[in-house]
Amino acid sequence: MSEQRIVGIDLGTTNSLVAYMEGDTPVVIPGEDGSNLVPSVVALTKDDRMVVGNRARTHLIDTPDRSIYSVKRLMGRGYEDVQEELKLFPFRLDRSGSGEVLRIKLGDRTFTPPEISAYILLQLKANTERYFHAPITKAVITVPAYFNDAQRQATKDAGRIAGLEVLRLVNEPTAAALAYGLDKGKDGIVAVYDLGGGTFDISILKLHEGIFEVIATNGDTHLGGDDIDNLLIAIALDDIAGDLKLDLRRNGAAVQAIRKAVIEAKIALSSQSTAKLNVELPGGKRYQREIGREQFEQLIEPIIQKTVAPSRQAMADAKIKPEDIDEIVLVGGSTRIPRVRALVKELFRREPHTELNPDEVVALGAAVQAHILAGGSKATEDMLLLDVTPLSLGIEAMGGVVAKIIHRNSTIPASATEHFTTAVEGQTNVAIHVLQGERELASDCRSLARFDLKGIPPMSAGLPRIEVKFLIDANGILHVSAREQRSGKEAQIEVKPTYGLTDQQVEDMILASFDHAQEDFRMRQVIEARVEADNILLALEKGRNNPAWQQLSGDEKHRIAGLEEELKAAKSGDDYKSIRAAIDALNEGTMHLAELMMDSVTSTIQGQTMSGADRTVGQGPTAPHPIAPAEFEHNR
Amino acid sequence: MHPVVPNPETLSAVTCWSCLKEIDKAAHFCAHCTKLQPPADSDYFSFFGLQRRLNIDLKSLEQEFYRLSRKLHPDVYARATEHEQQWSTQKSSLLNDAYRTLRDPIARTEYLLELEGVKLEEQSRSATDEARAQGKEKQQVVPPDLLEEVFELNMQLEEMRMSKKLGERDEQVAKDLEAAKVRFEQTLAGSNTDLQKLWQEWDQVIAGGADAADPQRIAVRDKMVALLNRRSYVRNLVRDVNEALTADV
Repeated sequence: MSEQRIVGIDLGTTNSLVAYMEGDTPVVIPGEDGSNLVPSVVALTKDDRMVVGNRARTHLIDTPDRSIYSVKRLMGRGYEDVQEELKLFPFRLDRSGSGEVLRIKLGDRTFTPPEISAYILLQLKANTERYFHAPITKAVITVPAYFNDAQRQATKDAGRIAGLEVLRLVNEPTAAALAYGLDKGKDGIVAVYDLGGGTFDISILKLHEGIFEVIATNGDTHLGGDDIDNLLIAIALDDIAGDLKLDLRRNGAAVQAIRKAVIEAKIALSSQSTAKLNVELPGGKRYQREIGREQFEQLIEPIIQKTVAPSRQAMADAKIKPEDIDEIVLVGGSTRIPRVRALVKELFRREPHTELNPDEVVALGAAVQAHILAGGSKATEDMLLLDVTPLSLGIEAMGGVVAKIIHRNSTIPASATEHFTTAVEGQTNVAIHVLQGERELASDCRSLARFDLKGIPPMSAGLPRIEVKFLIDANGILHVSAREQRSGKEAQIEVKPTYGLTDQQVEDMILASFDHAQEDFRMRQVIEARVEADNILLALEKGRNNPAWQQLSGDEKHRIAGLEEELKAAKSGDDYKSIRAAIDALNEGTMHLAELMMDSVTSTIQGQTMSGADRTVGQGPTAPHPIAPAEFEHNR
Repeated sequence: MHPVVPNPETLSAVTCWSCLKEIDKAAHFCAHCTKLQPPADSDYFSFFGLQRRLNIDLKSLEQEFYRLSRKLHPDVYARATEHEQQWSTQKSSLLNDAYRTLRDPIARTEYLLELEGVKLEEQSRSATDEARAQGKEKQQVVPPDLLEEVFELNMQLEEMRMSKKLGERDEQVAKDLEAAKVRFEQTLAGSNTDLQKLWQEWDQVIAGGADAADPQRIAVRDKMVALLNRRSYVRNLVRDVNEALTADV
C-alpha cells in the first residue's frame, strides 16, 4: 500500500478508542484482549514498565500510588486550576520541580499529563499496528469542543510524544455528527449533546449538502460521569465513617475499591431499578448498601442540571429555538443514564438519536475525518467540516481589561490583525498578553501566552507600527506572527506558553519515552508471537490425529515436521520477527492439510461450519489465522 | 462557475507559482493548472469577487461561501505541499473572516466605511473600559436630538445605582427605566431602516462610477458614519439600562 493509513483516535477521559475506515464504513480496532475500549488508565509496574488499559486497571486498587486515571482533566492546566480536582481525584502531583507544567508522580518517577496521554496513544498505536501488521504514524485525534488552546496544544504534544503526526484535532461532538451524518445525507439543524466521563459539550450544526457547519458550541471541560462517581464515593465514605467508624478517606486502595463498586452500581441503574453496593473493606468489614433509581436520580440532578445553561447558551448563540432543531444526537457514556435522556428531551423537545454506540461514535467520526484528510472516497467526497472556536480570543489592554479580537463561535480558520506601538523613546520590546475566555477582565480569562515582540528598531515613542497577526488554525490552535511596518522588519516573537510545554521539552520527551515504550512494545510483540506459535503448534498436534493427515504424502509430512521444529526453535528465542516468520512458514506448509480437513468437516456438519468460517473470515484480512481445523474444533 | 466581477482595483496579472503562466492577481486558483495561489492583498469584498456595494444577496453570498470553503479548506490540502497548506489556512481564515463580516449588516457597513478611510469613533465596550481604567472620559459625542432624554436617563441610572448601594430597589425608577429601554429599542429599529436607505444611496453612487474623491460618495459616507455613531450610542444606552435593571441588588 503506497498511502499510509490514517486512523481516528478518541482520547477519552475514561476510555480511548481507535478506528479506521474499512471501505465506506468506519470500524473500531479492538485491542489484543478483543475489547474495543482501552480504559484511559496508566500504571507503572514495580519493575518500571508502563502498562495501559485493562491491565493497568487492577493496579488502581493494588498500587494506587503508581497508577492514574482521568488524566485528561489535567491536560493543559496549571497548578492553581486543578485545586478543586485534587480534592476529588487521587492525583499525586510533584511540586518540587520548576515550571508551570504539572508533574504527576507514579512511584518515584514523574510524568507530565501529555506524557501519560502519550502512553495511552502508544497502546492504541500498538493495537492498530498489531491489527494491520504495519506501522501507523498519522492520526486524527478528537478533543472536547470546549477545550481551550492550552488543552488542545497539550493533546497535540501527546500525539507527538507517542510518535504520531496529528493531522487534525477534531471536536468530539462534530466527529459524532460526521459519524451520524455519513449515511443520512439529510440537511437540517442537528444538536449534539455529549456528556462523557469528564467533559460536557453541546454543539449545534447546520448540515447542508455534505457541509457540516458548526454554528455554535458550548460546554464545560470538567463535568461528566467522573463527577457522579465522586459524589457516590463521598456518600459511601461518609456512610462508612458513620456506621462502621472507619475513616478511609486517606486509604487509596479502599477508595479505589469503592470507586469500582459505585461505577458498577451507576451502570446497573441505567437498566435496573435498584443496585447493590457490596465492598470488602480493610479489616474484614463489608460495606453494603442498596440504591434505588429514584434516589440516584435525585442525587445526580445537580450535576446533570449543569448541562442546561451551556445548552441554552449554545441555542442563543446559534439564534435558534428548540423547535428549529431537526435532530438531536447523544454522545458519551453518561448519556446512557435514563434521567440524562429525559433532561435532553425536556431541553430540546425531541426524542434523541441513540442508534450508534455512544462510546464509539466519536472514534468512528474521527475515522471518517481521517479518511477525508487521506483523500476520501465516493462516500465522503462531498463532506466538509466547518468548525468554530469555542472561546473568544483577546489581548490584555490597559487596566487589565480584555479587548476581544476573535469572538467565540467564529468559523475556523479565523484571524485578526492588531496594531501595536511603543510607549517609551527607543523602546525595542513590546509585551503582549493573549487570553481566551468570555469575561471582561484579564484576570478572569484563561492566559494563553505572553509574547515578546523583540528587535523593534529604536524610534520615538508611538512611531513604530507593529502589525501582529493572530490566526486560529483548523485545529483551534493559535499562531502569531508580527511585522514592524515602518522598517518592514519581521519582529522576532518568543512564544512563551503559559501552561504548555515548549517545543524543546516535547522533543526531549519523544526520545525519553520512545526508549522505554519501544522496549515495552518489543516485549509485547514477543509474547504475542509466542502465544500465536503455541496455538498453531497445538492445532498441528490435533491435525495429526485427524483422518486427513493420512491423505498427505510422506514428503509433505516430512516438510511439516521440519517447519514445526523451526518454529519451536524460533519460539525459544526472543526475536518476534523470526517467530512470526516461522509461524507464517508453518501456516503455509499446512495449507493443504487445512483444506483436506475443511472438506471433511463441511461434508459432515454444514450449518455450523459456515458460521464458523464466517467468523474466521470476519476478523479481517490480516487477522492471524492458525490453521483452520483448530478453529472448528473449538466451535464444535 | 460563479461569475466573478473583476474589481478594477485588483485587476492586474501575476504569474502562477506552479505553471508560471500569467493569471489574474485576484484569482484564488490558476486558470491553467488549477493550483491554489498564495493569498493576495485583497479586501473582503474583492475576496468574494464583489464590488463595494452594501446591498448583498445573502443567499448567494452563503452559496459562494460554501463553494469556496470546499475548495480552500485545509482539509483539502492535507496531502499537499507545506506552503499550499499554509496558504489554504490563510485563505480559509480570510474567507471565514470576510463571510462573517459581510453577512452582518452593521459589520459590513462598518467595514466598508473603514475601507473608505473612516476611523469609526470607538464606542466599543473595551474602549469604554479602557477609558475608565485610565480615568479618562470616553470620547463619545451625544447625538444632539437625544441630549435631553439622555440627560434624564443618566439621572435615573444614577438613582438606580444609589438605591442599589443601599440594598433597595426603587420600583418607580425601575419602571421609568423599562419605558426608556423600550423607546431606545424603537430608536434602534428605526436606525436600521434609515441605514438601508443610505445603502441604497451608496450603491447608486457606486453604480454611477463615482471615484473616491466624488463629493456625493463622501456625503453618503459621512451620513452613514453619523448614523452608525448614533446607533452605537443608543445601543450602549440600552446595554447600560439592561445592566442596571438586571444586576444583583
